[in-house]
Amino acid sequence: MDNPLSHSRDFFGDDSPESTKMLGRSFFDRTLTALCILLSFAALVPLSSILYLVVKNGLPLLDWSVFKELPPAAGMTGGGFGNAVVGTLAMVGLGLAMSAPPAVLAAVYICEYDAKGRLSDAVRFTAKLLTGVPSIICGVFAFAAVVLFTGKFSAFAGAVALAVLMLPTILLTSEQALLGVQKTYREASYGLGATRFQTILRVVLPDAAPAIMTGIMLAVARAAGETAPLVFTALFSQFWMSSLMEPTASLSVLIYNFSSMPFEHQVKMAWTASLVLVLLVTASNVTAQLVFGRRHA
Amino acid sequence: MSAPSTAKDPLTAPLRTGPDFFLWFCGTAAVGVIFVLGWICWEILHMALPAIKEFGAGFLANAYWQPNRGRFGVLPFVVGTVATSLIALLIALPPGLAIAIFLNEDFLPRPARQLIRFVVELLAAIPSVVYGLWGIFVVIPLVQRAGTWCAAKFPDVPLLAGPAYGNSLLTAGIVLALMILPTITAISRGSLVAVPRTLREGAYALGATRWEAIFGVILPTAAPGIVAAIILALGRAMGETMAVAMLIGNSTRMSWSLFAPSGTLASLLANQFGEAEGMQVSALMYAALVLVALTLAVNFAGEAVLRYTEKKTAGIR
Repeated sequence: MDNPLSHSRDFFGDDSPESTKMLGRSFFDRTLTALCILLSFAALVPLSSILYLVVKNGLPLLDWSVFKELPPAAGMTGGGFGNAVVGTLAMVGLGLAMSAPPAVLAAVYICEYDAKGRLSDAVRFTAKLLTGVPSIICGVFAFAAVVLFTGKFSAFAGAVALAVLMLPTILLTSEQALLGVQKTYREASYGLGATRFQTILRVVLPDAAPAIMTGIMLAVARAAGETAPLVFTALFSQFWMSSLMEPTASLSVLIYNFSSMPFEHQVKMAWTASLVLVLLVTASNVTAQLVFGRRHA
Repeated sequence: MSAPSTAKDPLTAPLRTGPDFFLWFCGTAAVGVIFVLGWICWEILHMALPAIKEFGAGFLANAYWQPNRGRFGVLPFVVGTVATSLIALLIALPPGLAIAIFLNEDFLPRPARQLIRFVVELLAAIPSVVYGLWGIFVVIPLVQRAGTWCAAKFPDVPLLAGPAYGNSLLTAGIVLALMILPTITAISRGSLVAVPRTLREGAYALGATRWEAIFGVILPTAAPGIVAAIILALGRAMGETMAVAMLIGNSTRMSWSLFAPSGTLASLLANQFGEAEGMQVSALMYAALVLVALTLAVNFAGEAVLRYTEKKTAGIR
């Protein structure tokens, strides 16, 4: 390669060892490209298999009665999972009510009040660690702090577990949302004589609101699909929810319980519940994307 | 200020002074976040204390879990956790990295790339139980067939020993691989995107082919970020619960075979917490503590590497 002549020989298509080397490099290059594309499209296989099976096995039982009726007892047919849908919505909603306000306020603190401070650094790092805490640990925590304290499994305990799960997600996405607000807006607000509080409340938060909502919807999507925090805090129930302090059904725990039953109808019900759960999660994800998209429109 | 001062006029109104209560609210919330992590650790530690006193460090080394005899050791589950996570990583790393490279290069037109991106995002959005349900009906039969074949073909290899039940270490590893694929792709793609264009252009100018540029310049520059992706994906795999609990067979015994039922720390917790009593609750809390320590350590390392990377690449750009 050092000899300039060899390049010109390459250029004129001379059949030298150099040009076979070029050919080899080119072949190697194309093989790797093909391999890379192949591996990327391989990801389509399991996803389409999952979606196909969920739709195929879930659709036959899906109609409105499924949302109005109670789960069938072991070995029985018919029924639905209306109480599980209600339970999931209630626990996610309550968990959101517990986690969203402190998460957004903490994000305001680390972004607006003390962006470079030690406390903010610590909070950021803690939030990152919290996102890495396994979801089942949130369940263990709620079990220790609520179930053992109140002496019973309850929707409230499940909501606490989900709140711990959502807290870091909302905090970190809210921080990104606040960082996205242009500095000139803040300066203009201060320039007009607004206090820090007024600037945050009237200028920064309204501008960041769509992106914060995106983060909240993403957290909701994740929490709605979680089973591990609920499986020994909210447990399960065959009946409609009547108070927050009793065992409560949820879609994900229903899928878990029914999937291992030896009855065909229950397994089908698990697939139908999976379809509903996937739709629910996708709906909140898509809403999140749409809300986020509007901001940049 | 010559005009008579009225409270309505913003220019002459007295400056709003005094404490900013909103700051206090926000500050409290921020401290609260740290407090939550502390509370979680304290609560688990506090509940685990009887078991820690009873079993001490031997808990980590004992290979039995017999609640009816009050004998608890967590070694099989630690081994199961590490083994399933490593299997998942081994399977997910090549496609995960390939997708990250694919998304960062222009092999195919934009719609194809967007399709793959969408697929990976959907994989991240599917709930864990749905993976479990799918695994029961798709992966378990496949693994069982493969296991029976392997056990007949290589009867002397302990790693492939039969009988193959289907719900096994390998099944859990395969499904976990799908679940951590989005993590690997997202974080490694982030570090690939952060590689400055000029480095690639330099490599091309020196006559490198596309893949020579990728292997010689782009991947080495992005390497710390990719390492962080691997570590964080490992942390995710270790903590993943429901899909594993549905697929691994939940055995409490230790086995060398990939095709034998096994258990992980997380699946142990999911299975036994609901009906545990007395010392078993404490032992489970001890197991939870081990899991927290493992995942926190792994995530801590991952975050540290990620921060280091950001500092490093900030210099290049």
